[in-house]
Amino acid sequence: MKNRSLALSAIYIWLFAFALIPIALTVAASFLSSSTSELITLPFTLSNYQSLFSPLLLHILLRSLGLALVTTFFCLALAYPFSYFMVKSKHQSLMLLFIIIPFWTSSLIRTYALIAILKFNGLLNTALLKLHIISSPITFLYTNFAVISGLVYTLFPFMVLPLFTNMERFDFRLIEAARDLGASRRQTFWRIFLPSTKPGILSGVMMVFLPAMTLFYIPQILGGARSILIGNLIQNQFLVAGDWPQGAATSIFLTFILLIFMVMYRKPWSKQS
Amino acid sequence: MKQLIKHGYLSFVFVLLYLPILVLIAYSFNDAHFSLSWHGFTINWYHILFQDEDLWSALINSMLLGFGAASIASLFAFIVCVHLFLQSQTKSSNFLHSTLLMMIILPDIVLGISLLVFFNLAHIKLGFTSLFIAHITFCIPFAIIVIQSRISTLNVDTYHSAIDLGASKLRAMTHIILPMLWPAVLSAFLLCFTLSFDDVIISYFVSGPDFNILPLYIFSLVRMGVTPELNALCSITIGLSMLLVLGAHMLSKKETI
Repeated sequence: MKNRSLALSAIYIWLFAFALIPIALTVAASFLSSSTSELITLPFTLSNYQSLFSPLLLHILLRSLGLALVTTFFCLALAYPFSYFMVKSKHQSLMLLFIIIPFWTSSLIRTYALIAILKFNGLLNTALLKLHIISSPITFLYTNFAVISGLVYTLFPFMVLPLFTNMERFDFRLIEAARDLGASRRQTFWRIFLPSTKPGILSGVMMVFLPAMTLFYIPQILGGARSILIGNLIQNQFLVAGDWPQGAATSIFLTFILLIFMVMYRKPWSKQS
Repeated sequence: MKQLIKHGYLSFVFVLLYLPILVLIAYSFNDAHFSLSWHGFTINWYHILFQDEDLWSALINSMLLGFGAASIASLFAFIVCVHLFLQSQTKSSNFLHSTLLMMIILPDIVLGISLLVFFNLAHIKLGFTSLFIAHITFCIPFAIIVIQSRISTLNVDTYHSAIDLGASKLRAMTHIILPMLWPAVLSAFLLCFTLSFDDVIISYFVSGPDFNILPLYIFSLVRMGVTPELNALCSITIGLSMLLVLGAHMLSKKETI
């Protein structure tokens, strides 16, 4: 018992030292200035936050939010029926294995693999031309479509795994019971199945939406030079411009926006349950 | 009809998931440096790849880092989850829950720059140590989620009945809790290994020049341009991953029988 408490306090100390303190330092840094000799220095200032409210930054932020939302929607729309079919399938564990395998390969290389599919004379255009769906090739690469495909492709397993884990525990006799008691298929889905899979949906959405905002390398590879998202902006401020306090302020601002989003998102769920 | 929709949909998604990977593997054997059309079979790109020493050291570094970080993170997560499971709500668990929630909400990039600021102020040299600390830290919440979602389905009474029936705490742990939990611990380990092995964002900020890891090495290659060597590298990674996952799968089958 004593050993376990000891191990437990080690974890608390770990989280305190390597998560809470660094974050507190970043919050502090966002109120400080930078100079040519020091990365972070006094005096205290609010100017880092004032310079955030420029039309350019607002544009970047809205673009990032929009892309992340669309990505989450497509991931959920694809993964929800997929997980359901997977739970009902006889080859469940095999399929789970095949979901985990691409997940084990570098998402960077998989993003790069999409180039061969999406490029002007790539597989997608060739296939569409052969099937006579289009008469001339479409530009897919370096568009929002390419960025969203890349994000959905990379984050899809993150949606499937929590949904699958959740649905696997669902007692399917409940559906039979509801049907026996006269519920329609639609009612059974909306009143029995969907509510019980909510925790899975919630964690899936969290695991997709949050990285979608900040996976800076996917827009860099598939979106071309013009598509700067919020992640690219922070990366630039830290490693290119060397303005750490400004970068810290942008990060804190991003976190704040996401927090507001989470609170708004969680409310309707908690009310119903 | 229903079966047809089900199988059709499942195959559709699997084709979408695997097509880019299969195309990539095909191109790694393509005897052309720039062209995307087929010019004949070659293993030349693999020869070149095997002579790349930077790549080998990056791969080994990534493996070590992933293994170490995943082991420690899943061990931490196991201890925390079992502790919370056996004990009723306490003040310390509130602290834990809010910290973990915050870490999950916090974007990777923000954790990355926070750790960069921290390492800078604490004078910790960027390299293996900083990467190791960072990877354990960002893996912990995910490991806890995986184990917690499993442990919440268990009934705590099973453990207490074992104690009532005369089992020692250790025995109840090894004979009741562990057999029920180990698949979750293993999947937490696998998830953490994957996250660590695949992480670009946090590593990008906290790595140093002396310790290169595979994702950052690949990132630098991708930014310099697409090469057939990179296709070959990806094919090897997929091959290795398949072996590892299949191994883990067989292991889990053996244990449950």
